[in-house]
Amino acid sequence: MNRFAALLDRLTYEHGRNNKLRLMTDYFRHTPDPERGHALAALTGALSFPHAKGGLVRALIAERSDPVLFGLSYDYVGDLSETVALMWPADPSQKPNAVPSLSEVVETLSTLGKAQLPGQLARWLDALDETGRWALLKLVTGALRIGVSARLAKTAAAQLGGKDVTEIELVWAGLSPPYSELFAWLEGRAELPAGRDIAPFRPAMLAHAIEISDMKKLEAKDFVAEWKWDGIRVQAAAGTGVRGERVARLYSRTGEDISRSFPDLTQALRFDGAIDGELLIVREGRVQSFNVLQQRLNRKAVNARLLAEFPAHLRAYDLLFENGEDLRGMSFAGRRARLERLVASLNDPRVDISPLVPFTTWEDLAAARGDPASAGAGGDADAVEGVMIKRRDSAYLPGRPRGPWWKWKRDPFTVDAVLMYAQRGHGKRSSYYSDYTFGVWTTGADGEELMPIGKAYFGFTDEELLKIDRFVRRNTIERFGPVREVAHDGETGLVLEIAFEGLQRSTRHKSGLAMRFPRISRLRWDKPPREADRLETLQNILRSIEKGRSAPLASGGKEAGTRTRRG
Amino acid sequence: MRPEDLLLPTPAGVCCRRAGFHIDPTRPVDKAIITHGHSDHARAGHGAVLATRETLDIMRLRYGENFAGSTQAVRYGETVTLGDTRVTLHPAGHVLGSAQVRVECGGFRAVASGDYKDVADPTCAPFELVRCDLFITEATFGLPVFRHARPEEETAKLLRSVELFPERAHLVGAYSLGKAQRLIALLRAGGYDKTIYLHGAMEKITRYYETRGIALGPLELVRGAKKSELAGTVTICPPSAIKDLWTRRFPDPVSCFASGWMRVRARARQGGVELPLVISDHADWDGLTATVRATGASEIWVTHGQEDALVHWSTQAGLHARPLDIVGYGDEDETDGVSDAAPNAGPLLLAAKPGLSPPRRGKENKRRNNGEA
Repeated sequence: MNRFAALLDRLTYEHGRNNKLRLMTDYFRHTPDPERGHALAALTGALSFPHAKGGLVRALIAERSDPVLFGLSYDYVGDLSETVALMWPADPSQKPNAVPSLSEVVETLSTLGKAQLPGQLARWLDALDETGRWALLKLVTGALRIGVSARLAKTAAAQLGGKDVTEIELVWAGLSPPYSELFAWLEGRAELPAGRDIAPFRPAMLAHAIEISDMKKLEAKDFVAEWKWDGIRVQAAAGTGVRGERVARLYSRTGEDISRSFPDLTQALRFDGAIDGELLIVREGRVQSFNVLQQRLNRKAVNARLLAEFPAHLRAYDLLFENGEDLRGMSFAGRRARLERLVASLNDPRVDISPLVPFTTWEDLAAARGDPASAGAGGDADAVEGVMIKRRDSAYLPGRPRGPWWKWKRDPFTVDAVLMYAQRGHGKRSSYYSDYTFGVWTTGADGEELMPIGKAYFGFTDEELLKIDRFVRRNTIERFGPVREVAHDGETGLVLEIAFEGLQRSTRHKSGLAMRFPRISRLRWDKPPREADRLETLQNILRSIEKGRSAPLASGGKEAGTRTRRG
Repeated sequence: MRPEDLLLPTPAGVCCRRAGFHIDPTRPVDKAIITHGHSDHARAGHGAVLATRETLDIMRLRYGENFAGSTQAVRYGETVTLGDTRVTLHPAGHVLGSAQVRVECGGFRAVASGDYKDVADPTCAPFELVRCDLFITEATFGLPVFRHARPEEETAKLLRSVELFPERAHLVGAYSLGKAQRLIALLRAGGYDKTIYLHGAMEKITRYYETRGIALGPLELVRGAKKSELAGTVTICPPSAIKDLWTRRFPDPVSCFASGWMRVRARARQGGVELPLVISDHADWDGLTATVRATGASEIWVTHGQEDALVHWSTQAGLHARPLDIVGYGDEDETDGVSDAAPNAGPLLLAAKPGLSPPRRGKENKRRNNGEA
């Protein structure tokens, strides 16, 4: 348990992906079976202990500590598990000889009754040190939160044997903790475990953003186009086991299994194969905007009301496997024909096919992208965020190969805002002020003032970061820990052009607005802050989005007060 | 004799009226006894200063030759008669030269601990338990959540990380008086014999430790080193420097901080620390309570830190206990800004040499729990 605790401890402070991988791989290399396998299970979220709740932990400490001292301590530390881990009164004379291993903890908990849990937990807490107790309590109460996804943990395991994580994904569902046969394969002591998953994740094919200069070199007739849907890219995989049992899973594009959140959709996956598509919310035949989808994503509990109010839908655009046949080497056109037949045979209102956008020249496609509503998207135009351009002869290749697939997103909204606060970043950026809070003008009680409307921490080059950092240090007017308030009045200050994908009403923000995917698109050193945009501009954009943004976009309107997208 | 007849808490610190001296006064006084060299306890500008030789040397290094009107060096255990009181200094185990002050008059014994720790430290004399009637204790880590780790395990953690990330530089924030030298000694004891790099602010005190016979192995200032040379190395710097522009000279630095505060995750995260090392020069909760009990004192005064919890514990233990609320301790040094901060120097600091790290008096109230050595 101590080694595992030390790993968790280190991971909670580490921001860099590669460093996290290095820490986990190092742990897997130096920890024997079955301990490391249970750790892999914990890191991939494959463990859960239903009986251990916060209340139990609180009761344990209440029996063992002075309530005043506990109150003062909890106040100071701010986290229950951590407070208990730190102040647990370990009596050295009572200390058991052996520190429990992670395996012992996991194996014991899987058979332990609810009534025996408090006593067992207390014995373990007696035997562990501060970090060990913290890890144990985080583990059993199911709140690891160490910034490691299941995919990342599997990647770390794969690196142990210099393997690709996709090889693990293919067999993952057929494996169970403590994964000894997996580690044996990774260490070259055995063959890859045979029990193949019948609905595994296959790495997705991604597109590059296209530039006008790219298009000049490409022949329009070699390509087809689809709408780029503003939903969530998913892979729907389903299959039938040897005993006839059905498996249906929904994966995110990075391979996280998200089936549990979408039971309404997984039950519709009555095929053997893997479909690449977009997860959308469809009400009365109409695709809803991402704002609506997000409301379903934000909910933890999936209940009947949620399912009725936010029905999940799969819009299919590719077919990777069908009835055991790997179609990925076929051309796009060939896969598309198979996909059309499959979707038609499913005949399920929750699954449909993403239509092709007809075009002959790039100019035709530009017009369709500018006005999806009249180019075939109709009432679904609100959920279109551009077009996808795919070579007719393209095979389905994992990763992001350059050439076969392109995305041509609609132009983002932009607004000119003023930098108000800057915060130091993390990891490599820890000495740079790289997280920016910006605001727009509004009329307050004391006249014109800036209202914060969002935060952004990317979109700039390393060179621009140096310049902004220097600006922040030279124009600081107040410090709050790692945050600096930067001069921002009508005359002095830095104007940032902020690009963003959408706006939502928000009660959590003073401005009443929340930006989707804001980033810094340009630094406007040339612009005096008083000429930055006003809150009313954003409110107008929000209203036009809520009305259905196709109309104002079609006119390409940049008239006064309805400033929309950068063209 | 009542405790107040011997020692009296005043806003300037604990005062002995009958003999006319203060202990660690926070304002200029005629006669001061200084427990140790950290800048929240040892301030410049007093008339006469009585302290150990090391503490006087350290004050001289920090504040210049004229830091006080006159000085008197006292050895541990040596008795000095002041008025009708007898004063002796005893090792506090906190940093080099640190002392507890024992004051006795008419059979009544009071001990002012200054800052102390009751665990081994290769760079200073070990803490000596002194029995007394009145014990004036610090309480920097006066909450039961503070139980310091074994320091050798913490440095092992650091060395393991250096091994795992040989292309990165490890920057360890540590207070320049005491923690830095103890950390170096711990690394040496852990078998690390490579050059350890120092931030410029560490140099003077570290060299002084060496002249007092404390071997610290090969040390070099980081100033002259190339970025590529610093891969796989350890550099000790003031805590504020780990977030400073200064770090840009290092290859992909790992920010570490050696402090008792690192026990609490939120504290470590707030400071952007990636590798917290729980190494403290103060007694932890178990150390404070064990010491309070072992002194045999029935009267306990708590000077600074988390006084509420320690006062509560002492009262539960049947002792008479009160907090002193002396403003100005616990700000050790360098809790902020080497280049980042705009020090708001108080009048005392006008006597100090420029370039030294002044305590941030302007923010004392907000920052009382922030400093630690």
